[in-house]
Amino acid sequence: MGEPNNPDITAVQQSAAANVQVPDRADLRPENINDAVIRLAGNSQDGIQTAGAFLARLAGRSAQDVMTYMTIPATISGGPSIFQVRIGSGEVLSAGDEADFLVAFYQHSYHDHIGFLREGGVLLYDSDNVEPDLDDKRFVYVGIPITGLTVEALGGTAKDKGKNIFVLGLIAKIFHLDQEKLVALMKEKFGGKDESIVNTAIMAFTAGYAYPVGNLLTKLYQFEKIDKPGGRAQITMDGNQALAYGLLAAGVRFGAGYPITPWSSVMEVLRRELPKYGGIFVQAEDELASVSIAIGMSYSGWLAVTGSAGPGISLKTEAIGWASMAEIPLIICNVQRGGPSTGLPTNVEQSDLHQAIFGSHGDSPRVVLAAATVEDCFYIAIEAARIARKYSTPVFILSDTSLATRIEAFDEPDLAKIMVDPKPDLTARQTHKPYPLDQITQHVPPGARILDGKYPLMSGLEHDEMGHPTGSPKMHMAMTAKRRNKLRKLADDIPTPEIYGDEQGDTLLVGWGSTYGPIHDAVKRAREHGEKIGALHLRHIHPLPNGLEKIWPKFKRIVVVEMNDAGVYGYGQLATILRARYCESKIESVTKTDGLTFRVKEILENVFKGKTYARNIPRDGAAVEHHGTAPENVKHLKEVVPQGVG
Amino acid sequence: MSDETKPNGSGDTSSVAAAVSAADAGGTPATTIEIPREKLTKKAITADHPTWCPGCGDFAVLASFYKVLEKRNLDHEKIVTLAGIGCSSRFPYFVNGHGAHFIHGRAVPLASGISLARPDLNVFLFGGDGDGFSIGGNHLNHGARKNVNLVYFIMDNFVYGLTKKQTSPTSPIGFKSKTDPTGAIDQPVNPMKQLVSAGATFIARTHATQVKHMMEMIERAFDHQGFSVIECLSECVEFYPDVFDPADPRKGGSFELIQEKKWDNTPEDELRHDVTDELAAYKLAQLPFPGVFGVFYQSDRPTKNALEKKWIETTRAKTGNASDLELLQKTFDRMK
Ligand SMILES: Cc1ncc(C[n+]2csc(CCOP(=O)(O)OP(=O)(O)O)c2C)c(N)n1
Ligand code: SF4
Ligand SMILES: [Mg+2]
Repeated sequence: MGEPNNPDITAVQQSAAANVQVPDRADLRPENINDAVIRLAGNSQDGIQTAGAFLARLAGRSAQDVMTYMTIPATISGGPSIFQVRIGSGEVLSAGDEADFLVAFYQHSYHDHIGFLREGGVLLYDSDNVEPDLDDKRFVYVGIPITGLTVEALGGTAKDKGKNIFVLGLIAKIFHLDQEKLVALMKEKFGGKDESIVNTAIMAFTAGYAYPVGNLLTKLYQFEKIDKPGGRAQITMDGNQALAYGLLAAGVRFGAGYPITPWSSVMEVLRRELPKYGGIFVQAEDELASVSIAIGMSYSGWLAVTGSAGPGISLKTEAIGWASMAEIPLIICNVQRGGPSTGLPTNVEQSDLHQAIFGSHGDSPRVVLAAATVEDCFYIAIEAARIARKYSTPVFILSDTSLATRIEAFDEPDLAKIMVDPKPDLTARQTHKPYPLDQITQHVPPGARILDGKYPLMSGLEHDEMGHPTGSPKMHMAMTAKRRNKLRKLADDIPTPEIYGDEQGDTLLVGWGSTYGPIHDAVKRAREHGEKIGALHLRHIHPLPNGLEKIWPKFKRIVVVEMNDAGVYGYGQLATILRARYCESKIESVTKTDGLTFRVKEILENVFKGKTYARNIPRDGAAVEHHGTAPENVKHLKEVVPQGVG
Repeated sequence: MSDETKPNGSGDTSSVAAAVSAADAGGTPATTIEIPREKLTKKAITADHPTWCPGCGDFAVLASFYKVLEKRNLDHEKIVTLAGIGCSSRFPYFVNGHGAHFIHGRAVPLASGISLARPDLNVFLFGGDGDGFSIGGNHLNHGARKNVNLVYFIMDNFVYGLTKKQTSPTSPIGFKSKTDPTGAIDQPVNPMKQLVSAGATFIARTHATQVKHMMEMIERAFDHQGFSVIECLSECVEFYPDVFDPADPRKGGSFELIQEKKWDNTPEDELRHDVTDELAAYKLAQLPFPGVFGVFYQSDRPTKNALEKKWIETTRAKTGNASDLELLQKTFDRMK
């Protein structure tokens, strides 16, 4: 919490039962901080996600940077759940390795997560349900009978429902959050429903806020005010929402999908929103149908979207090959989860990169983009639509569980500049060749008159320039080259990514997708320790941008960091591609497959073996370990990956 | 069939405003240019010479389709022919018009996407029994249930033609194929029953040697709003010759037509078939091979196209017909 890293908190330790009389210290002066990681740990039915989301949105409204991380249990009926929110007055790059402030609702929450609390951090626990080991002097203990007080505040009828909002009140007090804004947010969220719900929420919040927590802590906190120069208003949403709204901004008006975690909420937003824009999103009978419907929509002149997670993308691959062959624009979203097969449905992995680039029979060029942050989910959709239209090609957008489920605040996009007019171009053409060998195919939709009377046929059989089948070896060679050459043209059209940190030096970390935050945070921390290190993040993965070959010589080591398996030959999926493309033997690979996002410390430990830049905190009693997949750790995975999902 | 394009009538040279607008598709109209339009002729819609074996039943289907297009004088650019994979699915190559030759079994969803996004088009879909009832069987059920507006013509030859004589989902028990050398053992699909229970709203059966009947069925399917399916017995002379002779009068068979009710209150009418009666259609479908021909079932259940359109209209009205920019901005304002 804040910097310096050791804020020297002392607290009155209070045992769960005893109500020690303490002097009134409500006049505690808040200490200024600029960064705090707050983790709420309980069960999913406790509304942890709701309370966390309020914090995130409040931070967004207060122009604080914010990033969240959460686990959702794969079982609907409950099970352990956490929500971590990191609020900062500066740039927040990752959700934070360690919590400064841990709220534990149950004994299991305490056991599973105390290992994530940093030394000197505050454990706020429900003394009705949790008995912490008070002899462990590393932490500050604040016990509050949360369950009892909530029941009391709400008059017993609501039982302990509302604990989450009570805790929100406590946190608001401790961190001097804007009480009025929070109440307004609650009214927005619960308003429209039964009025008693809003009232109950406000009662719970007020009770939490009024609790004399100042008697237990010696300090309260306050985020430093920041003035964003000319900054735009902040909006707060998760990655799936950003993706869906990005598609809307990009002029995508039609699409089709089939539900699967963690893609479903993208299609839910689209199904709900598209009719407002005159469009349709179809829930199809399966992924074979949904990709085919989307291709039909795109063929008809409206660039369309389909999406899924790994299992569904596997089903779509034959049709995607057709779109590649027939040169139809199309957007395919893959919100990746752990695989193969049903895999880890609610965990994160980046193991579908090769599937996105190569997944099809035959040589079937397509474009692959990957979103780096929640905000980038919005902009990557716009880039995907631009490319799909201009190059008449299927375009993959890779996202993943961690982007899909976390909430970030970011600058409101300038929609007036961004929004695209999506109407099909039905102007009559004098003549039209669907597959000209010397040009990039421009799709002409049905309804457009072709005045010379020769109409185009979109074909999955190898074809001539008019789309008619041919078995000519020469034509197959020419057409294969034509389809691939447009990707080479595209490579000329995308900028070389900028390097973060040192532009030359000892180490270059290369990443793609949601590892952006932890990789950049790792570079920041290593530079503070004097390392000459930079980060290169790829949003365009296939084709790769030009100019990377000029970057490699500037560094002694190139380490690709990604969340997938090192594979038979010892390199992760992006590392394999970069090594094949550049024949650069300097390229190393750091991978992992524990289904969890990279921690900054983990990256640094792997990149700089032997040196540790992360603060070394003994983690006795930590049930969940993040590093490595050694057998003794794998068994703990069960506790964060509820079993029994299909 | 198409939402907007009612048949242009039979005037010879009509000068129609070329649809240079996306208005039908939900957009705002662009400039309208008058480009003279010739009457649609067979010549205009004929493309490559079919690659089918001489004598294949599918030739007659193609000829009937040309005739219907000519007769209805559709706007050339609004004719869309689509297909999956199979001998019969080669169809789009032989029609000069917008079209697509898709992948095996998935042409129903492809066509659904086109029909939903562009209700101004006339969507015609062609395919075989394997394409439609086997690999695409589930799509057939769901296209029917959703009642997407399109015409689907299935050339049923009781065999896999393109892949050279394997058992198809409509092959009768005992049919000797390369995959059932001692005779097929699996119960075949009954297309009429399946389509009735799946909820298709126009279901007909015809025979490729009965050109007049076939044309009548295509026209009625075209005039119907909804998921219109025609099963056409179309002989594969190469791999299952003579199988449909029992329904061909010229080969000594009998082509028995369904007598539809005329609602004329006569005693004869009592015995005639009510096309809106699902159970009656089911009973007709039970008749032993070669069965009867004509319209088995027809109902005017709302199409998915109409239901989605209604949803769009009510939702748009609720937003006060706000512009796209206003809509998204409003959403973002709520996320601040
Ligand atoms: C995914 C896939 N599986 C198998 C095939 C091979 N295949 C092509 S056509 C066909 C069967 C065609 O039979 P039918 O649909 O009855 O058409 P017909 O040739 O009899 O007109 C098969 C199995 C394919 N093209 N694609
Ligand atoms: S193989 Fe049979 S279905 Fe195919 S073209 Fe020849 S006769 Fe027609
Ligand atoms: Mg067949």
